[in-house]
Formats: sequence, C-alpha cells, structure tokens
Amino acid sequence: MSNQNQQAVARYHNNFLREVEERVEDGDWVKMCMQCGVCAGSCPLGSAWEHTPQKIFMMIRAGKRDEVLKSDAMWMCTSCYNCIVRCPRKLPITHIMHGLANYAHRLDMAPKGQPTRVIAKLFWDNLVKTGRVNELKFSLAMYFKDGFVQGIKNAMAMQSAGLSLVKAKRLNPMEIIGGHKCKDSSGIKKMIARAREIEDRKKGFTS
Amino acid sequence: MTDSIATNQTILVVGGGIGGMTAALEAAECGKQVMLVERNASLGGRTALLYRYFPKMCHPTCGLEINLRRLKGNRNVRVMTMTEVLSVTGRRGNYSVTLKVAPRYVNENCTACGECAKAVEAEIDNAYEYGLAKTRAAYLPHAMAYPQRYVIDPSIVGTNDGEKAKAACKVGAVDLAMQEETVTINVGSVIWATGWKPYDAAKIQPYGYGRFANVITSLEFERLADPHGPTGGKLLRPSDGQVAKNIAFIQCAGSRDENHLRHCSRICCMASLKQTQYVREAHGDAGKSTVYYIDLRTIDRLEDFYQKVQQDATVTFVKSKVAKIVEDKDGNPVLHGVDTEGYHRYATPHDLVVLAVGMEPEANGIKLPDDMLLDSSGFIEGSKDEGMFGAGAATSPLDVNRAVQSATAAALRAIKVIHKTATVEG
Repeated sequence: MSNQNQQAVARYHNNFLREVEERVEDGDWVKMCMQCGVCAGSCPLGSAWEHTPQKIFMMIRAGKRDEVLKSDAMWMCTSCYNCIVRCPRKLPITHIMHGLANYAHRLDMAPKGQPTRVIAKLFWDNLVKTGRVNELKFSLAMYFKDGFVQGIKNAMAMQSAGLSLVKAKRLNPMEIIGGHKCKDSSGIKKMIARAREIEDRKKGFTS
Repeated sequence: MTDSIATNQTILVVGGGIGGMTAALEAAECGKQVMLVERNASLGGRTALLYRYFPKMCHPTCGLEINLRRLKGNRNVRVMTMTEVLSVTGRRGNYSVTLKVAPRYVNENCTACGECAKAVEAEIDNAYEYGLAKTRAAYLPHAMAYPQRYVIDPSIVGTNDGEKAKAACKVGAVDLAMQEETVTINVGSVIWATGWKPYDAAKIQPYGYGRFANVITSLEFERLADPHGPTGGKLLRPSDGQVAKNIAFIQCAGSRDENHLRHCSRICCMASLKQTQYVREAHGDAGKSTVYYIDLRTIDRLEDFYQKVQQDATVTFVKSKVAKIVEDKDGNPVLHGVDTEGYHRYATPHDLVVLAVGMEPEANGIKLPDDMLLDSSGFIEGSKDEGMFGAGAATSPLDVNRAVQSATAAALRAIKVIHKTATVEG
C-alpha cells in the first residue's frame, strides 16, 4: 500500500463516498445518481467491461473502495459522451470516470500495465519535458513499452507508415535529438508544478 | 350579447376540460355568474379521450356525463367554444378580457344528424385520435362532444366540399360566411384551467418515436383501447395492423429528466399500470405487459392498485430506464438497457412499445398575462394580484380526481374575490 493510500484510508475510514466527493474530480456528483441505468445501457463499450458507470457509482456508495480503485472500467472509457448526454440528472459521468482513473493512478491502485494508463503516462511524461509533444519520441516509447524485442517488431511493422510520414514532412527524424520546445520550457515546468500544488491542496493530498 | 352578461361579478374560467368544467360548475352552483371558454370545439378536454379511469377502471363518459348534466341544468354558466383568450388587462376584481372566437361554420340550428359529414369528401387528421385516424372535414369532435354540434374545417370553406356540406344540411345550420370575432368582456376573477399536454416524445431521440411505427405514446394507446377509437378497441400495432400481445411500457418518457421535463409527472405510473389491465382485458392470459421503470410512484392509496397488478402473472416489472430502442427486421421494437436489480444487460423485442409520456402545461408556449406566477416547469401558481388562479392540471401534474379537487379550491378562491368586490361596491 502506497503512503498516500494509507493516509486516505486512515482519513476516511469506511466512508468511501466522502473520499470520492472530496478527492475525485467531479466526485461530488456521485450521490446524485438515481440508478436508472441509462449510462450503462448507452455505453458503446458497456458490454466489454466489468463495471459500468451505474455499477461504479453504486459500489462507491456501498464503500467498495478496493474494487472501485482497482477496476479497469474507468480506463476503458473512450469519452464518447453518450452517458453525459443521456443522463436524466446531468451527471458529468465521463469526467467522473476520468477523475476516478486519475485518483486510482495517484494512489497507485490502478491496474498495472493497463494500456490506457501506460499510454497516458507516456504522453504526460513526454509533454511536460518541453511543453510540446514530441511525436517521434512518443511513438517510439509506445513501440518499446512492452520490451526491446517487441519494440523492434512494432517499429518494423510500422516502417512504411513512418517513412511516408517523413516524406510528407509530417515527421522530422531530427526530433530524436532534443526536438522542438516551447520558448520558455522552465516557465512551463513551474506552471505545471504550481497547478499540481493547487490540486493537491484542494484534494487534501499531503505532498 | 356576451358584453351584457359579463360584469365584474363574473368569474371567467379558461379551459373546458374536467378541471375547468368543475371550477365553472362549483362557482355557478354557488350562484355566481360564470363564463366558461374553451379553445376546442367541444368541452371535455383530454379526459374525454381516455378509455378508462384509474383506479376503479370506469369510463370517463360517466364522470363527464354527470358534469354535462349539471352544466345543462345551470343558468349561471355561459359556455363559449372555439374561443381563445387574447389578452387580460386590469386588476383583481375588475379585469378586461379580450376573447377571439373562431368560426365554426355551423350555427345552433345543428341537430348533429351527420348529413354534412356524409356529403363532404375531404379528410383531415383527427386531432381527437392524436392523428391515428382521419376524419371528414365536417365532423363531430367525439361521441361525448358538448355542444353536440358539428364543425366545418376551415380548409373546405370556399371549396366545392363546403358547398356540398351546406346543401346537405336540412336545417340550415351550415353558415360558411361566419367570420372570426373578437369580444371584450369584463370579469372579476379568472380561473386558468388550461390543462396539460403530452411531452413531445419525438424529442426523446433514443426511443425513436416518429421513426419507429410501433413506438407510441400512452395517450395513443388509450385511443387504441377505446371501442370508439380508430381500431374499435383492438390493440393493433400501427406498422402492420397485427394484434399486439407483448407490450412494453416505458416510464418517465420525458419526466424526471433534466434534458426534458424536470418534474415527476406523477400520474404516468398509475396510467401504465392501468394500461397493463387493458392488455389483460384484450388478451386474457395470452397478453404480456412489461413495465420498465426507475421507481414506481403510485401516490397514496393508489398503492393498492399497484399491489393488485403485481399479482397479475401477465405483468412483469423491470427496474431500468431503457437506454435505446432499435427496430428489428420484422418491425419489432427491441429495447436495450441494463437492469438495476442485478445489472443484467438486456435486448428484448416487443410487439409494441408504449411511452408513458410526461405532462407539460398546455400553456407552455402561450403568452399568459405578465401578472401570472409560474413554477420552474411552467405550471400556474396564481397571480401577483391574487385575482387569478390556476385549476386542475394547469397547476401541477394531476390525475382527474386531484384535478377536480384543485378546481373546487380554485372556484372557492375566485368566489372570495367576487365577494370582496361586491362588498366594496356595497
């Protein structure tokens, strides 16, 4: 159990709903769910995952903390917004699912190796370095996420697409050394650090 | 004529449905002068278009007949049909109301013999069947119509059909030269019994009303079940005229939904439970009703009725708000969703789907006097000067029973206004 996770458990005891309300983005909406099931029925991937939003919200209220935070359901959301559009109580369901995913990730409870989680992490790490997404490095990082041999295989398979992108000037091979940056990359870093500080304070994380 | 009748001792009742008729009669039977104006060609409102009432399952003709008899025997009520309120000015105890009277093209000589309807050929959508059937352009609104007088649709005035209707009338009742009239009357108090309308089901996009023939509203289902209705009381589905035996009822179609109507329409649960009994009446044990619901809300003593329906083996309850409807190759609507009791995903075909549509104030979209106070859904709460009142389903989603109670209360409030005015004038 991570340190932050222990702190959260100590603080909220069995009141997981309150924990979600205070610490998860848009989590204060969870209590408004009336369990009608429209989100579950409207989700295009609904049959492919274990916990639909309807189920997740009820599990939160039932205090099933581990099951919720370890679920991969919120990582499966494709942000199609069907649930938000149809929810009779206008819950921002997509945003709550993303908020839960983020919270589970921060407590390091989210499933290890969950592809969406891995990719999101790669994307974020890539972005915050220079304030710009380095597409070449991001693609390579994706190829090699499952090991060196698999990475070479992936790169070979995508070779012609890569070359076409270079020819069409959509991909610059020189990006591998450094790559383009924001004018003020240290400023970007400061800004992100500050945002993180504010978020932590709001959500009650001790950093 | 009307000017001489109405004074500031008169109560104006706007709307001639069950609520308006009750308010008018209660006030009139207390000796007050009442003007009852109705926009349509007949009194009775939406109540007249129901097949049965809950919870006793009796026919609306019964309740309406009593009220019509009271009306015919009372000299204090003046009824004006095809009349709309254009404007209200003045204040409590002394309003000036402008009314617009649309031409009926049939005068009081009419004996309702029906010869004009036989003579004309043009057909129009029958508004009293919610468009499920056509009617001749010279028509009696419905069997219980009051006044029992035909109406000529404006579309045939000035055509050959209009002349045929006129020629067919043996008593000289067809008057194609009638014009729209505007009259201004003076009244002391106004009761707005403007009623309700069904929420436009086509706005609930995932249910496909308007795209799928076999998805209908609860009001249309009333007409299907009614022996006077377009199918003679047989439950035939619109797409192919086949008998519908496996029928789904979807609750909260528009109600309790921030995207549609915010409020609970309160009567739809009971209406659907009632309608499951139409299915039983038509098919016995061979019928099958499935009610899809969020919560079943059968207010106060009506819970008894729910418990009775629960005992009925032909009725199944699924706790789930249906997510969407698709149509299979045979034209059967297939309901998709996840049920809350166990989170089972279902895709269930039915012969016919009935949407229990929500109640919206009929006056939504109509400009009421500035002085009126409305709630967040547009239901009437009263007027700032306390001289005008709401009655019946115009004030809240109410069933017939509660609409009548509300109308009686409104009549009493209006009488108080009249008494105060009379006292001041000494």
